[in-house]
Amino acid sequence: MNGIGDGPKIVFELFDGKIQITETVVMGWLIIVAVTLLCLWFTKDLKKVPEKKRQVLAEMFVNFINNMVRQNMGEKLMYYSPYIGALLISAILGALISMIGLRPMTADINVTAAWAVLTFILITYHKIKANGFGGYLKGFAKPVAFILPLNIISEVATPASMAFRLFGNVAGGMVITGLLYGALGALSSALHLSFEVGSWGFSVFQVGIPAVLSIYFDLFSGCIQAYIFSMLTMVNVGAAAEES
Amino acid sequence: MTEKAFVLGCSAIGAGLAMIAGIGPGIGEGYAVGKTIEAIARQPEAQGDCTRTMFIGVAMAESTGIYAFVVALILLFANPFLGKL
Repeated sequence: MNGIGDGPKIVFELFDGKIQITETVVMGWLIIVAVTLLCLWFTKDLKKVPEKKRQVLAEMFVNFINNMVRQNMGEKLMYYSPYIGALLISAILGALISMIGLRPMTADINVTAAWAVLTFILITYHKIKANGFGGYLKGFAKPVAFILPLNIISEVATPASMAFRLFGNVAGGMVITGLLYGALGALSSALHLSFEVGSWGFSVFQVGIPAVLSIYFDLFSGCIQAYIFSMLTMVNVGAAAEES
Repeated sequence: MTEKAFVLGCSAIGAGLAMIAGIGPGIGEGYAVGKTIEAIARQPEAQGDCTRTMFIGVAMAESTGIYAFVVALILLFANPFLGKL
């Protein structure tokens, strides 16, 4: 039960300890390789009228993202569609990698905070582009002047809440499944149902039961929160580009 | 009692108190699901749309509960007060 809530371990160090590569970065590399291989596999032999199932699947996914972007950001911002697709896939795979037993990438606040900072930069850029710099500053005083501090707080709170929502759900799922696994192991030992085969330990209750619960905590929760994160990005950037 | 024991004890109490915030999402999400069921009962063909929108609303309402959970996790596992002793 000891190492359950710990941060990501350092896998190796470069330049005599100045740059430390943690588990999160290594998971990110694995996800990059996985997504590249998936893209290459899905786009082999594309035909105008799809014949194979994989082209239909790929088109379904691209249409899904395009429709979401068109609905939430409008026709003018359709060039964000690849960014939203990449964000959605990274967030989903980042949480699902915990199914293989590795530490999920989005269970590190740095990852979600980086994406939230990107969203904040995009929102600010679009607000300035739509209203000019003076209009951007004056926009904080709308509709009434004394609402200014509340507007500033809500401006900062939006990306912060997005980051914490995704991080909290995935890290919480990781902690809960870890605790459950440990508790079932202790229960099996107490009932003398755990065996040692050579150097492998095996506890009867640890087989299967954590998987059922991790369907909710890891799979469902991770995917829904990834979808919410991209949806909030789209809605906020769309709203920022429309204000006048 | 040593200082470290006192700090750790108070952190444990704080983590427990933080999770009282679990009441809010429970009530709010229950209310949202109730309204969704009413809407589906009124118009059964809209079931897919209603359910999808409900999940989005539930995930949003869950946020404050998750913030409290993050505070409790930080107090239990990554306690910042121990370093200042």
